[in-house]
Amino acid sequence: MNAPATQGQSKLVRWIDHRLPIFTFMQHELHEYPTPRNLSYWWNFGSLSGIMLVIMMVTGIFLAMQYTPNVNLAFDSVERIMRDVNFGWLMRYIHMNGASFFFIVVYIHIFRGLYYGSYKEPRELLWMLGVIILLLMMATAFMGYVLPWGQMSFWGATVITNLFSAIPVIGGDIVAWLWGGFAVGNPTLNRFYSLHYLLPFVILGVVVLHLIALHQHGSNNPLGIDRKGPQDSIPFHPYYTIKDMFGLGVFLIIYCVFIFYLPNALGDTQNYVQANPLQTPPEIVPEWYFLPFYAILRSVPDILFIPAKLAGVLCLFGAIAVLFFLPWLDTSRVRSARFRPIYKWVFWLLVLDVLALGVVGAHRPEGWYIVIGRVATLYYFIHFIVLFPVIGWLERPLPLPTSISAAVTRRSGAGMAGATAPMEKH
Amino acid sequence: MLKPVVALAGLALLALVAAPAAAQEAVPSQSWSFAGPFGTFDRASLQRGFQVYEEVCSHCHSMNLLHYGDLGPNGPGGGIGYTEEEVAAIAAQHQVTDGPNDEGQMYQRPGRPSDAFVRPFPNEKAARAALNGALPPDLSLIIKARADSSPVKDITGGADYVDALLQGFKQPPKGFKMSPNMNYNVYFPGDQIAMPQPLQGNDVKFADGTHATLPQEAHDVATFLSWASEPMMEERKRTGVKVLIFLLALTAVLYAAKRQIWAEIH
Repeated sequence: MNAPATQGQSKLVRWIDHRLPIFTFMQHELHEYPTPRNLSYWWNFGSLSGIMLVIMMVTGIFLAMQYTPNVNLAFDSVERIMRDVNFGWLMRYIHMNGASFFFIVVYIHIFRGLYYGSYKEPRELLWMLGVIILLLMMATAFMGYVLPWGQMSFWGATVITNLFSAIPVIGGDIVAWLWGGFAVGNPTLNRFYSLHYLLPFVILGVVVLHLIALHQHGSNNPLGIDRKGPQDSIPFHPYYTIKDMFGLGVFLIIYCVFIFYLPNALGDTQNYVQANPLQTPPEIVPEWYFLPFYAILRSVPDILFIPAKLAGVLCLFGAIAVLFFLPWLDTSRVRSARFRPIYKWVFWLLVLDVLALGVVGAHRPEGWYIVIGRVATLYYFIHFIVLFPVIGWLERPLPLPTSISAAVTRRSGAGMAGATAPMEKH
Repeated sequence: MLKPVVALAGLALLALVAAPAAAQEAVPSQSWSFAGPFGTFDRASLQRGFQVYEEVCSHCHSMNLLHYGDLGPNGPGGGIGYTEEEVAAIAAQHQVTDGPNDEGQMYQRPGRPSDAFVRPFPNEKAARAALNGALPPDLSLIIKARADSSPVKDITGGADYVDALLQGFKQPPKGFKMSPNMNYNVYFPGDQIAMPQPLQGNDVKFADGTHATLPQEAHDVATFLSWASEPMMEERKRTGVKVLIFLLALTAVLYAAKRQIWAEIH
């Protein structure tokens, strides 16, 4: 580094930076960090996920100051937060809806990566770290949902922890070990609370690794081609800081409409009834963000000598595990779906498939829902294990642009022509 | 080529989502003072509703999350419009078990605003013993717990349901098999409810002179229970307006800044 980042800064800044180079670091990672000049708004969802993590941690810490993890007190302590704690209702509704919005932005972030091939060489580890974050998020959200100790908290915890009983021979012992007893009870609630507080910090650690991996090669972009020179990139700050902030503003508006006007729309009314181990609710449904996985779990029938329950659990975990192998399952050398005439469409089949699984997960496994659930589950795995490699082999990708800057300048000219062309045609 | 397939599958999905669950008689939608983004609780209706709860419902149903003081100006969301003196008088009408005193004895004393609503039964077994084995649910959160008739689970959905349920007692149709000690109600899941019709009309004499018809009583008590389950609703909606106006302005400024900064690139 020839020109120090702190040149022209005050003496104090230079004094600190000489000993602890935080200013150099920020200059390097924000100001000089080269970013493709053509990132679309789909690239906002990474920073939005990070911001959601911070929002969840801050509100969670305030809630933890008032919450009591005891089966006899937990439900009432949450209601005390809602009624008697200053702005407790606000903290709780931000946190409760925050879980949903965290998953919304993360799911969009993941599908963006799938469409533009962000998991491909050299970003395989970046992608795999992301899958680990997803797994940790799911564990955190599941345990957090148990804490208010409503009916769905209790019965959801019972159903999901019981999944481990499907493991042959030692399953029963594992479940008892998870529970700390012979049913979901006070020891379960206490350990879930402890882990629910711990895991976000683990997520934060993996996020740091995710960012280090990201900054090694920089962001992918809608064209999926590498940056070839300075003309292809712009500094992250101020261009993407302001773009991210504008995106954040739009996101917060939608999020706040839910917090202030639809606070319970994404939740389950049964969780306003205190947990009662003697009374099973009419239907046990997980939160919406788990519905596709729940559908996979319930859709799988007996497979040969594997009982349906174990097969379902294996498929449930397999549905996430398969994501780890995606960088090698996809045999196409081209990253962006823009230049992949077949994958471009097949991608949307996966989106549709996951939505269908979500709908199936919300309904009793009866009639057509069983059929659709099985077809959709089968398709999910075929999509990753068969279609990804096969399309990569068969597909003839469109010619890639020579560089980002060439494509951008050409496209802005072509875009204008394209905008007027239909009018002339008609 | 795949486009029509995707479109068709999308349509099929929509049909799946829209398919209604065949079940109970649909709960009719009422108009509530607290509906909508600017809705507030009608204080007169809240007080009438509290009177219905006090004089009728509270004989069987607890409201464990509420304290008498909650009804006054220091309660969550500013209470239901009673003054501190009125709240103290309401609390004093109830006998509360306190103690132990210096002799180690529990004793009875008149209630204070800081006391929780007195429970009708000391425990679940006492309630079941007195009521043919039935357990009346606590009503503190009943509106939020029964809000499913609102697609967004708004408290108006729960209010609609409670209002309808209180007026839904009918003669069972011919051939309908009733279990012992059950009552026919068209809005209750399975049509049989342990609770006998609690309100007939003219069950209370409203302090404000309003005619106590059955629909009026049902509407008022549903309003009171809605407040009880979400007392901070008014503050929430008021805050929401300010927050959204701020965010809209901020986002507009950010958008302008974004255009300005990016102008040199495009």
